[in-house]
Amino acid sequence: MKIRIKFAKYGTMKFIGHLDMMRFFQKAIRRAGIDIKYSEGFSPHQIMSFAAPLGVGIESCGEYMDIEVLSMTSTQDIKDALNRVMVDGVEVLSVTVLPEQAKNAMASVAAASYRLQMKEGAFPIDHLEDKVKAFYGEESIPYTKETKKSVVEVDLKQGIYEIGVDSDGAIMMLVNASSSGNIKPTVVFEKLCQFVNLEIPQLSYQVTRLETYTDIAKAGEEHVFIPLADVG
Amino acid sequence: MRKLALNDDILMQVEKPARYIGNEVNSVIKDKTQVAVRFAMCFPDVYEIGMSHLGIQIIYSMLNEWEDVWCERVYSPWVDLDKIMREKHIPLFGLESQEPVKDMDFLGITIQYEMCYTNILQVLDLAQIPLLAAERGEGMPIVIGGGPCTYNPEPIADFFDLFYIGEGETQYRKLFDWYIENRAKGGTREDFLRGAAKIPGIYVPQFYEELYNEDGTVKGRRKQYDDIPDTILKEIVMDVTDAHYPLKPVVPFIKVTQDRVVLEIQRGCIRGCRFCQAGQLYRPVRERNVDKLKSYAVQMLKNTGHEEISLSSLSSSDYSHLDELLDFLIEDCSQKHTNISLPSLRIDAFSLDVMSKVQDVKKSSLTFAPEAGSQRLRDVINKGLTEEVILKGAALAFEGGWTRVKLYFMLGLPTETEEDIKGIGDLSNKIAATFFDTVPKDKRVNGKVQIVTSTSFFIPKPFTPFQWATMCTKEEFLEKAYQTKQGIMEQLNQKSIKYNWHEADVSVLEGVFARGDRKISQVILEAYKRGCIFDAWSEYFHNDVWMQCFEDCGVDIGFYTTRERPDDERFPWDFIDCGVTKEFLLREWKKAQDETVSSNCKVQCQGCGANRFGGGICYENR
Ligand code: SF4
Repeated sequence: MKIRIKFAKYGTMKFIGHLDMMRFFQKAIRRAGIDIKYSEGFSPHQIMSFAAPLGVGIESCGEYMDIEVLSMTSTQDIKDALNRVMVDGVEVLSVTVLPEQAKNAMASVAAASYRLQMKEGAFPIDHLEDKVKAFYGEESIPYTKETKKSVVEVDLKQGIYEIGVDSDGAIMMLVNASSSGNIKPTVVFEKLCQFVNLEIPQLSYQVTRLETYTDIAKAGEEHVFIPLADVG
Repeated sequence: MRKLALNDDILMQVEKPARYIGNEVNSVIKDKTQVAVRFAMCFPDVYEIGMSHLGIQIIYSMLNEWEDVWCERVYSPWVDLDKIMREKHIPLFGLESQEPVKDMDFLGITIQYEMCYTNILQVLDLAQIPLLAAERGEGMPIVIGGGPCTYNPEPIADFFDLFYIGEGETQYRKLFDWYIENRAKGGTREDFLRGAAKIPGIYVPQFYEELYNEDGTVKGRRKQYDDIPDTILKEIVMDVTDAHYPLKPVVPFIKVTQDRVVLEIQRGCIRGCRFCQAGQLYRPVRERNVDKLKSYAVQMLKNTGHEEISLSSLSSSDYSHLDELLDFLIEDCSQKHTNISLPSLRIDAFSLDVMSKVQDVKKSSLTFAPEAGSQRLRDVINKGLTEEVILKGAALAFEGGWTRVKLYFMLGLPTETEEDIKGIGDLSNKIAATFFDTVPKDKRVNGKVQIVTSTSFFIPKPFTPFQWATMCTKEEFLEKAYQTKQGIMEQLNQKSIKYNWHEADVSVLEGVFARGDRKISQVILEAYKRGCIFDAWSEYFHNDVWMQCFEDCGVDIGFYTTRERPDDERFPWDFIDCGVTKEFLLREWKKAQDETVSSNCKVQCQGCGANRFGGGICYENR
C-alpha cells in the first residue's frame, strides 16, 4: 500500500538538510513501528520517496514523502505514531492512501507556493503591491542560471504562475518546482529587488514553502494545480 | 521553541549547522530553575566524533536520570565557527539549553586521545573560562577531566580543577551532593575542591606539587594538605550488568562516525598485550549478562530507530556468551531489517560463519592484527597470535569466498630488528600465496586477492609493561616504514599487497604527551596560543609550530621519548593506582626482554594486582 505523508518543518529544524531529513524519517518510521516495505539484499533500505528537496534555511508547511507499507490499521494511527516520535520543528500534518497507479511524490511535483517575509519589520519597499504587479507585468524576466556545468538564459516569467502580496505585507508566489523547471523563490525575489533598485540581504528575510502541488491537467491544457495530499 | 545561541546568519555561514542546534531525538531538556546542578559534558573534538563516543552517552543518560541534575553536551566548534565565535565574542554554549557553559556548575571533559589537548584549551577559551585552574574565580564552572588520558594527568594538570580517575558511574552523585552541600553552607571554590579531594577517585592537581631531580626526572610529590590522599585509586564498577546503561541514546541528525546502537558487552581484556594501555587500565574483565544485553539491544533499536547495531569491547571473541548473543541478534535483526556491524573477531570457523550471515562476503574484508612481523617479536609483545593460526584462518576464509584481507602491524616495538620488519612483507606474501593455493583459478570470485598491510608507530604508554621502553625518533620511524615498503616490494605476490603507513610527526608528539610530566603543560599552552587546535586532524596539525614551542619553552623532546628509563625510575603517573601493580608491569617488561609470553587471565592468573577489586575474571570459574 502506498502512503503519502505531509509534514511541516520549521524553527531550528530548518537547518537540517534534505538528506539528513530523509535519514531522520527513516529512523522515525522505525521508532514508530510502522510496517514499511524494505528492499532486498544485504543492507535493506526502506521504500521511500521525497517530493521536492527543501533548501537549508527554508521553513515549510507543505513537505511530502511517500512510503510503501505492508500493513496498517488506519492513516490516523500512522499519523499519531509518527507524531509521537517527532522532534520540535517537525510535525506530520496528514497521511493519505495513494491510488496504486499514482506517480511517486518526486515525479508528481509541478509547482510550489512560497511566502517571503522580513525576519524583522516589513520589506523596505514603498507601494510593494504595485511594484510586484509591475514586476510581473514585464514582458519577460530574463535570468542567467549558472550551474557547475553550464550557463543558460532562462525567462523566469514562464515559471512564475502567481505572485502577490498578502495582508501582512509578505510576498506570496506560486512557481514551477518540477525537476526540469524548478525556480528558487529567492531568485525571483532577487530579480524583484533589482527591478526596484534595492538590495536586501538573503538572510534578512525568511522563506516558507506553503504547499507543494501536482498538475492534473491533460497535456497541452492550462495547468490545474492541486496539493500533493489531494491526489486520489 | 528554544532560542538558539547562534543567529541565522552564522548558522547559514558555517559547515553543518546541525552540529550546533541540539534538538536531537532523546536529547534532554529540563527546566533550569528546577535543577540544583548544571553539568556540561564535553568531548573536545568535532560533533561527529564526540557524538560517537559511548562513555558520554552513558554519563549523559545517568546524570539526566537524576531529577536535580541537568547534563548537556558540548563539542569543539569546527574551525569555521571557532573563528566567528572569537571575532564576535560569542561564549561557548550547551547544545540543549543553548546557554553559556560558563554559567553552569561543572564542565566535564572526556579525554580519549592525547592529540586533543589543545582542543581542551579551545573549549575553555571559547567558553570564556580562564585556561589555568589557578586563575578561575568563584562562580566559574568546576572543570573536570576524565577518560583514559587522565591516567597520566600531569601534562594537562594545570588546566583542570579536578580529575575523575576511572569509570564514571560511581562517584558523581557523591561529588554533586558535596557541591550542593558546600554551596548551601556558603563555602568557597577552595572549600569545595578540598572536600572533593577526599572523594575516592578524585584528584585535585593544584593541591600537589611535582618535585624533580637534577636530571629532570620526578623526585616525588608534595601535597598541600595532610588529609588528602597520596595515591589515587581508580574508580571501577564491579557489577557491570546492573550499572546504568543509556537505553535512549541521543540520535544525531547528521551522519556521525558511530551511527548505530552500541552494545558494550564487557569491560576490560584478558589478553595482556604488552603495548596496550586499555588492556591494563580496565582490568579486571567484567562481562555483562547476556540476557540483559539482548533486552538492551531490542529497547535501544526501538528507542533510536537506528538501522545498525554493533558490539563494543576490547576483544569480543573472548566474551563467553558471544555465540548466544550473535545468534539472537542475527535472528532478531533480520526481522527488523537491522544490520549488524561486527567488531573485529578472531578469525575462525565460528566467526566466519557469523560474518557470512551478516555481510556480503564479496565486499567485506577480514582483519588480522598480528602487530609484529615475526613470532619472536610477537612473543615480546605477548600477542598470542601465531602465523599458523593466521594462515589457517585465511585459508578458511578464502574457501568461504573472501578475497580481501587487512593486516595491522606496529613499527618501532622494543627489541625490533630488520628481520622482524622483513617478516611483515613475508607474512603478507604468505597470505597472498595461501589464496592462490586454496582457491582454484576458476573459483576466484574477484579474480584476485587484495591484501592491505598497514603499520602504525609504537608509542610507549603509562601503565603498560612498555612504559620503560625507549621510543624511536621520527627519522627511525620513517626508515622502518621504508624498510617495510622495500620488504613488501621484494615479495613474489607484491602486486596483491598494498602498504599504508602513518605520519611520524604526530606519533612523536603523542609519545611526549603520553609519558609527560607537568613541565609539558606550558608547551601545550604555548602551542595553543600560537594557533594550534585540532591536532588530530592532519590538515590542521602544524608540526613546525609545535617544534618551535618545545624549543622556546626549553623542553627536550628526547627526554620523554628516546631516553632509557631505569627500572627504578619514579614516573609522573606513579601516584595513580589503576589496580595493576608496578611490580607486575616490571615483571612483564623483563619477560618481554626474555621473549617469554604470559598466559591470559582465563588460562592462568598472572597476579597483576587487579584482583583487589574483588570481582570479575579474577574470581570467576575459569
Ligand atoms: S589478577 Fe589475575 S585474573 Fe585478575 S586481572 Fe590480574 S592477571 Fe587477570
